[in-house]
Amino acid sequence: MCRMFQCYTEVNCDACRCLTDELFVVEHARTAILQPTREDFQRIPELAINPLGDRIINAFFPEGEDQVNFRGFMRTLAHFRPIEDNEKSKDQNGPEPLNSRSNKLHFAFRLYDLDKDDKISRDELLQVLRMMVGVNISDEQLGSIADRTIQEADQDGDCAISFAEFVKVLEKVDVEQKMSIRFLH
Amino acid sequence: RPWAGQICGPSMGFPGTEGLGGLLLTCRVLCPCAPLADAHILPSLLVFHLSRKVTSVVPESCLLILLGLGLGGIVLAVAKKPKYQLEPNMFFLFLLPPIVLDSGYFMPSRLFFDNIGAILTYAVVGTLWNSFTTGTALWGLHQAGLMADPGVEAGLMDFLLFGSLISAVDPVAVLAVFEEVHVNETLFIIVFGESLLNDAVTVVLYKVFNSFVELGPAHIHATDYVKGVASFFLVSLGGTAVGLLFAFLLALITRFTKRVRIIEPLFVFLLAYVAYLAAEMVSLSAILAVTFCGICCKKYVEANISQKSRTTVKYTMKTLASSSETIIFMFLGMSAVDTSKWTWDTALVLGTLFFILLFRAVGVVLQTYVLNRFRLIPLDRIDQVVMSYGGLRGAVAFALVILLDEAKVKAKDYFVATTIVVVFFTVIVQGLTIKPLVTWLKVKRSDHHKPTLNEELHEHAFDHILAAVEDIVGHHGYHYWRDKWEQFDKKYLSQLLMRKSAYKLRDEIWDVYYKLNIRDAISFVDQGGHVLSAAKLALPSMPSRTSMSESSVTNLLRESGSGACLDLQVIDTVRSRRDKEDAAMHHVLRGSLYKPRRRYKASYSRHFISPDKQERQDKEIFRQNMKRRLETFKSTKHNVCSSKSKARLKEKGRKKGIHPPYTPCVAAAPVLVTVSSDEEESDSSETEREDDEGIVFIARATDEVLQGKTTPGSLDVCPSPCIIPPSPTLAEKELPWKGDQADLAVYVSSETTKIVPVDMQKAWNQSISSLESIASPPGIETGAQHRRFARPMLEKQPQSASQATPEQISRFQFPSHISKSSRSKSDSSPEGVEQQELQPLMGTEEQGRGLPSAEHRRLAFSRASHI
Repeated sequence: MCRMFQCYTEVNCDACRCLTDELFVVEHARTAILQPTREDFQRIPELAINPLGDRIINAFFPEGEDQVNFRGFMRTLAHFRPIEDNEKSKDQNGPEPLNSRSNKLHFAFRLYDLDKDDKISRDELLQVLRMMVGVNISDEQLGSIADRTIQEADQDGDCAISFAEFVKVLEKVDVEQKMSIRFLH
Repeated sequence: RPWAGQICGPSMGFPGTEGLGGLLLTCRVLCPCAPLADAHILPSLLVFHLSRKVTSVVPESCLLILLGLGLGGIVLAVAKKPKYQLEPNMFFLFLLPPIVLDSGYFMPSRLFFDNIGAILTYAVVGTLWNSFTTGTALWGLHQAGLMADPGVEAGLMDFLLFGSLISAVDPVAVLAVFEEVHVNETLFIIVFGESLLNDAVTVVLYKVFNSFVELGPAHIHATDYVKGVASFFLVSLGGTAVGLLFAFLLALITRFTKRVRIIEPLFVFLLAYVAYLAAEMVSLSAILAVTFCGICCKKYVEANISQKSRTTVKYTMKTLASSSETIIFMFLGMSAVDTSKWTWDTALVLGTLFFILLFRAVGVVLQTYVLNRFRLIPLDRIDQVVMSYGGLRGAVAFALVILLDEAKVKAKDYFVATTIVVVFFTVIVQGLTIKPLVTWLKVKRSDHHKPTLNEELHEHAFDHILAAVEDIVGHHGYHYWRDKWEQFDKKYLSQLLMRKSAYKLRDEIWDVYYKLNIRDAISFVDQGGHVLSAAKLALPSMPSRTSMSESSVTNLLRESGSGACLDLQVIDTVRSRRDKEDAAMHHVLRGSLYKPRRRYKASYSRHFISPDKQERQDKEIFRQNMKRRLETFKSTKHNVCSSKSKARLKEKGRKKGIHPPYTPCVAAAPVLVTVSSDEEESDSSETEREDDEGIVFIARATDEVLQGKTTPGSLDVCPSPCIIPPSPTLAEKELPWKGDQADLAVYVSSETTKIVPVDMQKAWNQSISSLESIASPPGIETGAQHRRFARPMLEKQPQSASQATPEQISRFQFPSHISKSSRSKSDSSPEGVEQQELQPLMGTEEQGRGLPSAEHRRLAFSRASHI
């Protein structure tokens, strides 16, 4: 079993093959030659019908770049690695692992936060809502849902959801489970 | 009373009760004559405190079993023979289905399918493992000669049969105990799901081994084993298929019940039960059928049926399930008393207890080890302990063991005894200890919080993110398939199975929003007291929601009524529903009742917000009153001038007891009598129409009167809170008096040619003054009449609107009049009667005027008829 995410800096041949036949052509064990572009991602048919597809694709690409290398790709995917028991205790003072609860949440948060001001404004929330909610619900209704959502989370009264508020509002949600994928069995 | 002090002891340990105990103590010390009062108060207090304390520690199922034991003992003592057994047929046909349906229907489906792998593993592999190991171990025990009683005649097959029925975790017992323990959702769903799904395995194993026992070990061929394995798949998949089929049917049917809302809940129960029976009939797994029927139909059914039906379904299901549960546990206790059915064997009993506990634990640990390699969040040791310990056995095992054929299974009595002990042990001992255990092990508890909009929204986002990531990675995992299923559901299933309107509005975020809105509205009503109005709701506390016209809180409140709480946990807080309904009633009352003069400004309501509304009310009341007066006046005229024969006809009809106009509507009935027959025809249709519309004032006198009565009196006419009384015509809206005047003028001039009012006010004064002036010199005949009528009228005043009285009077009046047959008298007498009938109406309507004026008028009328 390949545990690629534990050591995502080391490219494991098996891991690549299991992972993405489409996106990478791995010739050598330690090098990924081809760097997939945005278009490569967009060509995936399922992503086209995923309401948040484009946002997620964007999350894979570093600021202003159109290509992602394997390392960056893995780094993004590492957010979704399940948290293992033995990791909870160890390494308290080291850098926080990418798959920590807070990082998982931050990944989701960044999907909302388009302008990167560390706040989800009403407009940003509305955009995401529009993507996720069917066309049958009117803009007006959607607006009130957004208002209500912000009202629920907002603590400092700035009519936006900051990351701290985001974490607070989801503190009862089992994020560790809901934002984890077991890639390889 | 030594016992009282004794029981008082522990209850005093309770925080808060010390003061109470002390108080009672001082009470007793202070007043020596207290024992009498004391004897009443003390036990009840103790019972109260004890009951709270007991139920917080002991699960209900334990108490019920013990209660059943007690009852059984009493029955045994009284009737000298045990009665009331838990009959397997009754259990499987009537008691089990509601519980299973309830658990299936309210199963958190997302959680269930998230953990389906683990659940299936435990249900299938775990149950197989348990039954085989338990059976074999018991057989080994028997072979070793440890079972002292020679009566235990059983071979390997018998023990395997026994193992199969004793090893299945029981859904009823698990539900009863785990619902009170509140372990975290994952743990609960795994144990509970296992207990539901293992039914197929149990049924198959039980049947297979039963037939093996019947055949005898010598006649079993290899093909029989194969058949057994095949039948497992048949039974489980078949049961599931039956469930899915009926779920589909049910969803489809509820799609078309828009016009027969009242039978929607019935369909839910009926079809689910039919699914159970159908599966049972073809000996598939009935529990699986109902479970899957419930799980799968819920989404569509809930979307299709009305809010009221949803509430009905929910509460009926819960009630049925908990009644069944109560009955089952009670009867379990009572059945245990029947000593004739069971024979004790210590080694068998102890061995079984030991083995089921041991093998359950071993099985859980082994399976979890395997499962954890695949699970996202592994089950830790504590979870495993709870899962092994939570393997409760219950009524299913008992019913199955009772079903055994004594002729074939020689050791049935021993098995019955053992099963009873095992059931009692697991339910009572494990049920009692599991709560402390859970607390001690610090098992993650579930916190029953209501879903917030944020959680719902972000969890949705998570799902999409995960599905997308799986797509990117090219890994077809769980999220991929879930996503696929949702696409399919959205594209085809939902469109097929949901109403168009429901489908359109179907969105989970929207649902949560909807629920939140309703909850807010309820809490608002709770805090905000009785005056509930759109204006207030729309005001400061919830600025965001008012913008949404079609889903504003007020509308939701009105439409959804009491079905406000939709998720299971809210069931506890429904206390508020009552308040809300009260408030709503109060509100409607307030809105539709006319205000006494002083209170206009102090109290506000939707109807009378601006000051001109007050004028409107005045006008309305005045108009109504005026019309009523004119109406009665007119009818007297009418009768005199045109329809003497009609009056006669009526009299005849009355004498025969044919009173078409007497409707249950108490106050309106007398009025209807006065209406001439040509108007009566239009009456019924008119009133019907108006029932729909709320308040519409039409110049038709009869309607007016009817309306005037019904508006303040009955709430049914105006069910909607927003009955801003519309004016009949545009002209009237603009010039309120004009329309009315014209109308009346026409009306009056056609019927009562004498009075042509120029102005309402004038007409009013005129009529009053003229009537009074006429009334002042009472004629001879009328004076006689007056005397005659005075008595019944006085009698009638207190019981203002009784329907019987006018009828009565009319009956005893007529003969004398007709016999006298003086023209004038026969003319005036019906009027008198009719006046009499009108009396209750006037009495209630014109409280200010009261008796004297009414009498005046009556006199005046009778006099006027002579003119």
